[in-house]
Amino acid sequence: MELLLVLLVGVLYSAGIFLMLRRSMVKLLLGLLLIGNGANILIFLMGGLTKGRPPIIAEDQTNFTGPYADPVPLALILTAIVISFALTAFAIILLKKVYATTGSDDLDSLNIQDLDI
Amino acid sequence: MITNFILAPILAHLITAVLLLFFWKRVKTQKVVSIIGNSIAFLLCVRLFMVTQQEGFLVLQAGGWQAPFGITFVSDTLSSIMVLLTAIVSLTVGIYSTASLNVSRIKYGYFFLFHFLIMGLLGAFLTGDIFNLYVWFEIVIISSFVLLTLGGKKMQMEAGIKYVTMNMLASIIFLTAIGILYGITGTLNMADLSLKIAQVENRGLVSVTALLFFAGFGIKSAVFPLYFWLPSSYHTPPSAIAAIFGGLLTKMGVYAMIRVFTLIFIPDEFIRNVFIGIAIMTMITGALGALNKRSVRRLISYLIVCHIGYLIGGLGIYTEIAIVGVVFYLIHDVIVKSNLLMISGIIQKIRETIDMTRLGGLAKDYPKLSFVIAIAMFSLIGIPPLSGFWPKIQFFGESLRTGEYILLGAFVIASFITLIVMARMWSEVFWKESPKPLTEEIDHFAQMPYSGKFALVAPIAALSLVSLYIGINAEGVYEIAQKTAYELMHPSLYIDAVLHNIFEK
Repeated sequence: MELLLVLLVGVLYSAGIFLMLRRSMVKLLLGLLLIGNGANILIFLMGGLTKGRPPIIAEDQTNFTGPYADPVPLALILTAIVISFALTAFAIILLKKVYATTGSDDLDSLNIQDLDI
Repeated sequence: MITNFILAPILAHLITAVLLLFFWKRVKTQKVVSIIGNSIAFLLCVRLFMVTQQEGFLVLQAGGWQAPFGITFVSDTLSSIMVLLTAIVSLTVGIYSTASLNVSRIKYGYFFLFHFLIMGLLGAFLTGDIFNLYVWFEIVIISSFVLLTLGGKKMQMEAGIKYVTMNMLASIIFLTAIGILYGITGTLNMADLSLKIAQVENRGLVSVTALLFFAGFGIKSAVFPLYFWLPSSYHTPPSAIAAIFGGLLTKMGVYAMIRVFTLIFIPDEFIRNVFIGIAIMTMITGALGALNKRSVRRLISYLIVCHIGYLIGGLGIYTEIAIVGVVFYLIHDVIVKSNLLMISGIIQKIRETIDMTRLGGLAKDYPKLSFVIAIAMFSLIGIPPLSGFWPKIQFFGESLRTGEYILLGAFVIASFITLIVMARMWSEVFWKESPKPLTEEIDHFAQMPYSGKFALVAPIAALSLVSLYIGINAEGVYEIAQKTAYELMHPSLYIDAVLHNIFEK
C-alpha cells in the first residue's frame, strides 16, 4: 500500500510540474491542482499508514495499547483541501477574466506590458 | 506570561472586517469604521509590544490544550516588533487609502480585504505552530490576490496570473515541507520541532526539508532566482495596496525564514553558504534591475528585491551581531518601503505619471512635501544619521570579520547602486525642469479638499518621522534588536516558555 501511494505521489508531482511548464493557462491551473493533491497524499503517507486501528480508546482501557492511526494528518489534509478549494475557485475566475480581456489562453501573450521599462 | 491578550490585535482586525461587511457600498461609513478599527488595533499592538518588552515571552495555548498538542500563540521580541511594524504601516496606509483610492474600489470591499490581510499578517507573526503559520499565510495570500486584481484592468489581470501562480506554488512547496517534517518528527509545534529535529538520525532528509522551506519562503520573500513575479506585479495595483505588499508581504516571508532557521533548522555550513550565495545574487540582480527603470514604481520594486538580499545575507552570516543587523534592517525596511510606495502614489496624483522622463520640478512646486519625501529617500540610501545607516554597519563589519569578502562586496555594490538610483530619482523627479508644460488639470492633488490632502500627506510625514526617529534613537532600537538576536540565538528560551512555561526576562 505504501509503495502504491509513493508512486502516486511521484506521478502527481511530476505530472503537475509537466503541466505547469506548458504555455496554456488552463494546463497551468490543472498542474497546480495535481501538485496540490500530491501534497495532500504526501501528508497522508508521511503520517504513517495504520490499517484498522482507529484512534479510540477501548471502553475497558484508560490509554492506548499498541499502534493506532494518527488523526492529525487527516485534520491537516482537510484544512489544506478547504484552502485549495478556495484558491482554485479564485484562480478559475481569474483565468476566465484574463481570457475575456486578452482573448487568449497563451501565457506568452501576457508579456506586452513588460516592454515598457 | 500566559495571557489571552496576544489575540487582541488579531480580533480587532477580524471584528473590523466583519463590521465592514454590514456597510457594503457605503463608502463614507466604511472609511470611518476602518480608521476607528485601525486605531484601536494600533493601540492594542503597541500595548502588546510594551507588555512583551516588560514581561518577556507571552504565550497562549489555544483552547487550553497544552503544547505540543494544541495550537500555541507566542509573542517574543521578534514577533512583537513585527506586530508593531504591521500596526504602524496598516494605520498609515489605512488613512492614506481613504483619500487615494477611487470610490468604486472601496465599494467593492477594499477595506474589508485590507483588514483581513492585516489580520492574516498579525496571525502569521504571532503563531507558534508551523501548520497554523501555513493557514495564516493562505489568509494573507488570498486577500492579496483579490486586492491585486480588484478593479479588473488588463494590466492587473496579467500581473495577477503571475502573482497567483507563484504564490500557489510557494504554498504547495511549504505544505510539502510541512508534510515531510511531520513525517520525520511527528509534531507541528515549533518549540517541540526544535527539540525533536535535533534527534532525527537521517540528517540528509532534514537538509532536504530545510531547503524545501527555504524555497517556499524564498518565493514569498522574492529572492534570486524566484523573484521575477514581484517586479512584474507590484506596479499594477494602486499605490496604497502596493505599499502594504511591498512593506509587509515580502517581509512576512523573511520573518518566517528567520523563525524557521533560528528555531527549527539551525543552519549548517552548507545551508549558510546557500544563503550567502543567494543573497549575493539577489542583491546584484535587484540592484542592476533598478538601474535602467524609468517608472518610479518599478524601480522601487527592484529595490525591494535588492534589499531582501541584505536580510538573507545577514541571516547567512549567522552570528549574533549579524542577526542584530537583520532585525534592525527589517525595522527600517518595512517603514521606508511602505513610505516610498505611498510617495509614488502622491507623485502620480500630482503629475498624472510616474515615468521619470516625464516628471520634474516637484521641489519647486512642493518644497515642504519634497523635504519630507527626501527624508524617506535618504533613509533608504543610509545616509547617517538616518535609519538605513546603522544596520549596514553591522552587515559590513560582520561580513568582514567572518571573512565573507564576496558578500561584503555585494553589500557595498548594492548600497552604491541604491545611492545612484535614488540620487537619479531625486534629480529627475524633483530638481529637473518639468519636460512638459504644466496645466491646472494635471495636478489632481491641488484640486483635492484640505482633508484629502491631509490624508495623503500625513501618513507619509508620519512614516518619515518614524524613519527619522529610528535613525536618531538608533541606540534604543539597537538594544531591542540586540535583545531579539539574543533570543533568536538561544532557542532554549523560546522552548522553555512554550513547553515548560518557564519565563525568563
